[in-house]
Amino acid sequence: MDMNSFSPMMPTSPLSMINQVKFEDEPDLKDLFITVDEPESHVTTIETFITYRIITKTSRGEFDSSEFEVRRRYQDFLWLKERLEEAHPTLIIPPLPEKFIVKGMVERFNDDFIETRRKALHKFLNRIADHPTLTFNEDFKVFLTAQAWELSSHKKQGPGLLSRMGQTVRAVALSMRGVKSRPEEFMEMNNFIEIFSQKINLIDKISQRIYKEEREYFDEMKEYGPIHILWSASEEDLADTLKGVASCIDKCCKATEKRMSGLSEALLPVVHEYVLYSEMLMGVMKRRDQIQAELDSKVEALTSKKADTDLLTEEIGKLEDKVECANNALKADWERWKQNMQNDVKSAFTDIAEENIHYYEQCLATWESFLTSQTDLHLEEASEDKS
Amino acid sequence: MEQAPLDPERRLQPAPLEPLGLPDAGLESVVGEEAEGPRDEGPGDGTMTENNFWLKKIEISVSEAEKRTGRNAMNMQETYTAYLIETRSVEHIDGQSVLTDSLWRRYSEFELLRNYLLVYYPHIVVPPLPEKRAEFVWHKLSADNMDPDFVERRRIGLENFLLRVASHPILCRDKIFYLFLTQEGNWKETVNETGFQLKADSRLKALNATFRVKNPDKRFTELKHYSDELQSVISHLLRVRARVADRLYGVYKVHGNYGRVFSEWSAIEKEMGDGLQSAGHHMDVYASSIDDILEDEEHYADQLKEYLFYAEALRAVCRKHELMQYDLEMAAQDLASKKQQCEELATGTVRTFSLKGMTTKLFGQETPEQREARIKVLEEQINEGEQQLKSKNQEGREFVKNAWADIERFKEQKNHDLKEALISYAVMQISMCKKGIQVWTNAKECFSKM
Repeated sequence: MDMNSFSPMMPTSPLSMINQVKFEDEPDLKDLFITVDEPESHVTTIETFITYRIITKTSRGEFDSSEFEVRRRYQDFLWLKERLEEAHPTLIIPPLPEKFIVKGMVERFNDDFIETRRKALHKFLNRIADHPTLTFNEDFKVFLTAQAWELSSHKKQGPGLLSRMGQTVRAVALSMRGVKSRPEEFMEMNNFIEIFSQKINLIDKISQRIYKEEREYFDEMKEYGPIHILWSASEEDLADTLKGVASCIDKCCKATEKRMSGLSEALLPVVHEYVLYSEMLMGVMKRRDQIQAELDSKVEALTSKKADTDLLTEEIGKLEDKVECANNALKADWERWKQNMQNDVKSAFTDIAEENIHYYEQCLATWESFLTSQTDLHLEEASEDKS
Repeated sequence: MEQAPLDPERRLQPAPLEPLGLPDAGLESVVGEEAEGPRDEGPGDGTMTENNFWLKKIEISVSEAEKRTGRNAMNMQETYTAYLIETRSVEHIDGQSVLTDSLWRRYSEFELLRNYLLVYYPHIVVPPLPEKRAEFVWHKLSADNMDPDFVERRRIGLENFLLRVASHPILCRDKIFYLFLTQEGNWKETVNETGFQLKADSRLKALNATFRVKNPDKRFTELKHYSDELQSVISHLLRVRARVADRLYGVYKVHGNYGRVFSEWSAIEKEMGDGLQSAGHHMDVYASSIDDILEDEEHYADQLKEYLFYAEALRAVCRKHELMQYDLEMAAQDLASKKQQCEELATGTVRTFSLKGMTTKLFGQETPEQREARIKVLEEQINEGEQQLKSKNQEGREFVKNAWADIERFKEQKNHDLKEALISYAVMQISMCKKGIQVWTNAKECFSKM
């Protein structure tokens, strides 16, 4: 079974390196390594946009070369995702980071936003690369290797915008019908997805809130330590103790900062990706239902003997195959997705717990050493008094 | 208005109690987080110890608080809190304590006691009362005076106040203080009968003196400066601490939300379910642990607050010195001018302005007899003035000496207490860290089993 993994050559945070280590026992089947980096701003008369550099290294025969470097913008990623969804309607395509920022930001492209997006895009491509089916998708290959003009001409070959819109309207009608005849196992799956979506959204909100509270705590703590220094200036006997307390508070402050950055690196992106995944999953369910509904409507037509039965029977045969393929693909991918999800959630939360333990251990050491220094001093003074 | 010299009657021995225990036995105090009271008595002065023998084995506690309703001075219904003060004497032989007195007092009576002490012991840094209204609150704390947590903290503060007074080498001997602990009815009347309000210096007079005094003792000027700094820095510290507490509360409590959501999520998971559920439980534990942590910190804040209010007491002593010094300077000035007048009259030269001189000029010369008479009056006044100046000088020196002795005592107490408070803060932080490590270690285990 394919596990989530990042290329060992890619710039990764220390925490995901730990993830790396856990999977060392797995035979390394990777032959496609992708990085997304170097965001660059491009200004034209019409618009401003960002491109990202994508480097691909591969040993696969079907690739013309072993190394590729291209630049892509968000629109291109969006195109790729839509192509994958069309080609594999019941596979769980990895989610893209949001198109727009939800919370109002003054500048559309501030550094944090770009960095978060870059990381998410990196993940997106690597997830595709790790997927047993998607990794061999032709559009994916083009995306990774084609020069800008090549990509544009390739894009034009796909179905037009209008036809896609037409499909959407029809699709909605179909999916409503498909829900009614959904087999039991998919009912369960849908139920899981609904609840999972609810919960993961809540967890996303909670985690964001924790980050915010920690940040505000950090801001206040920054002010807290220096007051003790100020006080020590008017004291004699107390000066050392006060300075000691100030130093402890400052150290704890730094430890808080580290804890915050751990949260934002290890947990927030993972949870957020699964929020997007849950939306993705609902789309997958819909598409499966649509395929099913297509079959059902033809079957109904047959039973009511409305059209040419021979033609219908042939069509039904094809659709039955289609439904069976779609369902099997989804079932297999579902298992794979659930396994990944469990691993990702487990490791993200374990990392957070580790961060917190480390934070408290640091603070403990700081205060304990202060206390020791104070009691040593006390003993010194006591023995001085006696002598 | 002249201030009466320190009335020796105020240092009356209280009603006789059997001398208990050894003269240099430590003062015992009971209950309260703030059970402060220096174990070793101040100056190892023989005269001191034999005079506070009656307090040697006395325990004072403010043990209860009760809501009462009554009628106030304007005959309107009011709700107030009354505090039970219990005094116990400890039998030397077996260490058992026997309840000797028990009465109820409300906050305003404590205030009355303190105001009385301020008037009659201006050279003493009089211990402060806990705050009248809750200040430096962070959002969870109530600013309501009737809130049970506030009342509880006030109870402890009032007990601390009594213990401080009782352990003060001079204040503990005061009769009114003794009666406060022992005579429930009529105590207010007794205090008012001392007429202490009349003896108090007017604030206007004190303010005037502060601005106009020319040669205050430098140490008092420095002390005033220090007390201003102390007040400012402690207020700032308490304000920021309250904000930090607020934020910390937020961080912990939000984690509690994980508990609920994990639990709901665990319902749809097969392999992860147990791990999620138990991790969620630990998140709940984490979230609720902050309540105790912050309650402890509140006691720490109260310890700092006491010294915040002590700053005002220090300033009061400095003000008194300025007043006395100003008085002295005015008296000296007055004497000098009278002497000069006298000299001028005697020699016939007029250099200083005097109304008599003016009227004489306008309405004719005075006779030699009249002049003699005036010189005589002046000489008498000068004599009186010199006596007064001498005694004022002496009073001033006495005041400075006694005040400075108490200030030194106070400084040592302050250094000791604040150091302990800061150390206790460190201890609290350590405890909080240990709890955090435990909870997250448990949570980590649950996560890793998912």
